[in-house]
Amino acid sequence: MIQADLNVILPEIVISVYAMAALLFTVYTGKDKMAGMLVWLTAGLLTIMALWILATGNGNREAFGGMFIDDGFARFAKVIILLSAAAVLVMGQEYLDRRGILKFEYPILIALSVVGMMMMISAGDLMALYMGLELQSLALYVVAAMRRDSARSTEAGLKYFVLGALSSGLLLYGASLTYGYAGTTLFSGIYQAASGHAPLGLLFGLVFVLSGLAFKISAVPFHMWTPDVYEGSPTPVTAFFATAPKMAAMGLLARVMHDAFGGVTADWQQIMALLSVLSMFLGAVAAIGQTDIKRLMAYSSIAHMGFALMGLASGTVFGVQAMLIYMAIYVTMNVGTFAFILSMQREGQPVTDIASLNNYSQAHPARALAMTVLLFSLAGVPPFLGFFGKFYVLRAAYEGGLAWLAIAGVIASVIGAYYYLRIVYYMYFGDDREPLQAGKSPVLWSLLMVSSVIMLAGIINMFGVETMAEVAAATLVN
Amino acid sequence: MDNLLSLVTFIPSVAALILMIFLRGEDVFAQSAAKWVALIATGMTFIASLFILSAFDPSNTDFQLVEDGQWLLGLRYRMGVDGISVLFVMLTTFMMPLTILASWNVTQRVKEYMIAFLLLETLMLGVFMALDLVLFYLFFEAGLIPMFLIIGIWGGKDRVYASFKFFLYTFLGSVLMLVAMVAMFADAGTTCIGACGDSGTALLNHSFSSESFSILGIHIPGGMQTLLFLAFFASFAVKLPMWPVHTWLPDAHVQAPTAGSVVLAAILLKMGGYGFLRFSLPMFPIGSEVLTPLVLWLSVIAIVYTSLVALAQEDMKKLIAYSSVAHMGYVTMGIFAANQQGIDGAIFQMLSHGFISGAMFLCVGVVYDRMHTREIDAYGGLVNRMPVYALIFMFFTMANIGLPGTSGFVGEFLTLVGIFKANTWVAAVATTGVILSAAYGLWLYRRVVLGDLIKESLKSITDMGPRERFIFAPLVAMTLLLGVYPSLVTNIIGPSVEALISNYDAALADGHAASQIAESTN
Repeated sequence: MIQADLNVILPEIVISVYAMAALLFTVYTGKDKMAGMLVWLTAGLLTIMALWILATGNGNREAFGGMFIDDGFARFAKVIILLSAAAVLVMGQEYLDRRGILKFEYPILIALSVVGMMMMISAGDLMALYMGLELQSLALYVVAAMRRDSARSTEAGLKYFVLGALSSGLLLYGASLTYGYAGTTLFSGIYQAASGHAPLGLLFGLVFVLSGLAFKISAVPFHMWTPDVYEGSPTPVTAFFATAPKMAAMGLLARVMHDAFGGVTADWQQIMALLSVLSMFLGAVAAIGQTDIKRLMAYSSIAHMGFALMGLASGTVFGVQAMLIYMAIYVTMNVGTFAFILSMQREGQPVTDIASLNNYSQAHPARALAMTVLLFSLAGVPPFLGFFGKFYVLRAAYEGGLAWLAIAGVIASVIGAYYYLRIVYYMYFGDDREPLQAGKSPVLWSLLMVSSVIMLAGIINMFGVETMAEVAAATLVN
Repeated sequence: MDNLLSLVTFIPSVAALILMIFLRGEDVFAQSAAKWVALIATGMTFIASLFILSAFDPSNTDFQLVEDGQWLLGLRYRMGVDGISVLFVMLTTFMMPLTILASWNVTQRVKEYMIAFLLLETLMLGVFMALDLVLFYLFFEAGLIPMFLIIGIWGGKDRVYASFKFFLYTFLGSVLMLVAMVAMFADAGTTCIGACGDSGTALLNHSFSSESFSILGIHIPGGMQTLLFLAFFASFAVKLPMWPVHTWLPDAHVQAPTAGSVVLAAILLKMGGYGFLRFSLPMFPIGSEVLTPLVLWLSVIAIVYTSLVALAQEDMKKLIAYSSVAHMGYVTMGIFAANQQGIDGAIFQMLSHGFISGAMFLCVGVVYDRMHTREIDAYGGLVNRMPVYALIFMFFTMANIGLPGTSGFVGEFLTLVGIFKANTWVAAVATTGVILSAAYGLWLYRRVVLGDLIKESLKSITDMGPRERFIFAPLVAMTLLLGVYPSLVTNIIGPSVEALISNYDAALADGHAASQIAESTN
């Protein structure tokens, strides 16, 4: 019994043991001198785990009496989380090293937060959910404030912590209500209690749980922390915030809504649709005035979460599939975009001002072209992959009877297109001025290129992600 | 050749890729290499497209030279041509080498310039060949990106404003079409335009519900068809452009480089008209019928009002841009006359306008290259120094006015005949446009070319060189040829248009019968 349970959570165990062993080892040996090596080691381990899950996983397995679920949905999300975390780790190594803030705790904390995310995705019980969520969040609070001597970084960490704690409180309150009315914390039990005519208290619990999770994906109106945290954190950390945790929280949301509250779909659909439409519009409108590219990306991610929520709001299997595809594309685009942002510098200092991109295309034509592809893809303009992500969620929304949401979404995407175009405008139409330097990091260069090539080549068959997402979505909704 | 259409479509983008990867540097050699690669690629595309024309059988009204393949999520990569689209393909491949030649003077970022035009050609050809709804949208929308960059990078003084306006305006129009496409996909279960796959279901033979309903208390006659029609209309009307959503066009034309204006006027605008013929009319016949009066009156307003606006312009390009809007008014009028002459005329008018307006913008380009101004007042008496230019400009001004013997006449005449049968009042008002076009055309010519050469700056202006003459020669030939021998076009488009109209009439008859039954049962 316990043997079988441990088998199911083997990837999580491996990463946790690795993180603790690495912590011990580095503390007693070289400390920060080992950090560079540790980054690569961690990234390598995460990649191997991703491939392992991809290669060996099949079927649905449960562990610890249903508290931990290993199914197609969890594996799909885990692979994305692991790969994007690995990419972001190696991306930031040089940046942090150059600024003297590459601490050996950084890769270890990232590894621990990845374990938390994997736990979240696989949670089959409110307790397991909370455990994963907190492990993830605590690690992230620390890395947000990693630059101790910078007021902004500390502010970002503190803000993130306070608001994150608030959201955890909401979530816990919701969980306790749910437990009170369902009599169990297991999702399968809640599902039974919530099907048919659900008690009012249970619905209250649902709303609180949903609010708590909306904080994590930074959906409007729970988005306030996002721009400040994105701006204040060191850029590699921002890149991390924009990718893996978003996927994890979105996956968790889908899991809770379908596995636990699948019986009262109509009740949460409206909330989800509202969150979606607000996020899309606020993300689009508020980004227009931004001059800092990291803040801009914060609003962009809010808008993108709105689109992903559109898929979930449909409440169908296809909606979940659309959300998964959307998130996979979103994460890929963001890895590339942040690789670009990390390479923006002038005389060795990082620059995040959009206007400084003036005339960038003449100095670095290849990078500018790749970034342009990513920006158009973020804006959802065909023929790039970002368009197909939008197409999927629009279809899901329409077929789920939410035609109004689809129309609102496309209008928001037109507004949003403006600020992406503005970056293209600076890079291409700008007048002569001393352009930025791009740094020489081959890692950043290749990640940028790979992600922009994926945006174009992916439209041929999406590298099979489409069918994987279909399988994954089918295992989730019961 | 099984993949002829894909071959034609992707030759230019392969050339663009070659330029992107292999060509380095900005020296004179790299610049001329880029130009030659682009010219050869577009030339090859034209030659390859001649094979399409020779393989095309006009008497067959089905899609021909079809390529079909599985794509994502029930979408298909499906290309094909029929009588309606094949000539637009030819127009595109014909105009592109000329645009490249017309850009020979570009000195700034030549490589990127050529890449943008080559990619644009692929996307435009794709629009006319795509037989899958989403594939069509893909090409249709993606064309915005190179055009946005062309206007924004190589444009005039206010290029930033113009390029953003162009992009956002057209983007807003097309996203509504995207939602409609999603709805059609959900309703019909397929994105194939013509029958494809084993099931044989297709959008062209799927009838969308036309049962009237109300939304928020607003009664919508024609129901879903009307809504779908409106969504597509939003996109095509902006693209074409129709009054009152034409305001992006003058800005875009004025700021775009000459070659950009030529492509915009000659080909990109035609996508809107093509869209009406491919989607709106055959797929939503009831919706079309409900909204035909609206479209017709908007067309008439476009013809008369924008012609008057053209009279007041100070900028040559702006004047021609407004004249384009007016000419596109004939196109929509002909299409929604929904009879043989009307639609034949509309297609003819689009092709002929492609040559003529392209040539008009090139004429502006010739003097702009020399004087770097498009102000009408800056010119006058050019005939004294530039006799050949005066002749060619004269020819195309006359063609633009619609002088018999040029292709402009045939298009206008056919659409007017068509609309006269359908709606006499509209025809009567639209005919005044013919007079107005003569007024602004001749007045422009008079102010720029005729009179004494008194401006000091013009004293040393030179006439057209061999390259410029060479660009105009094929355009003159085509304008004359189509003007005296229009059957060349109508023979090809005729059968397909006939099939389109008979399907349209049958669908309307069915719809009316159904609504009568519904009324009698109530």
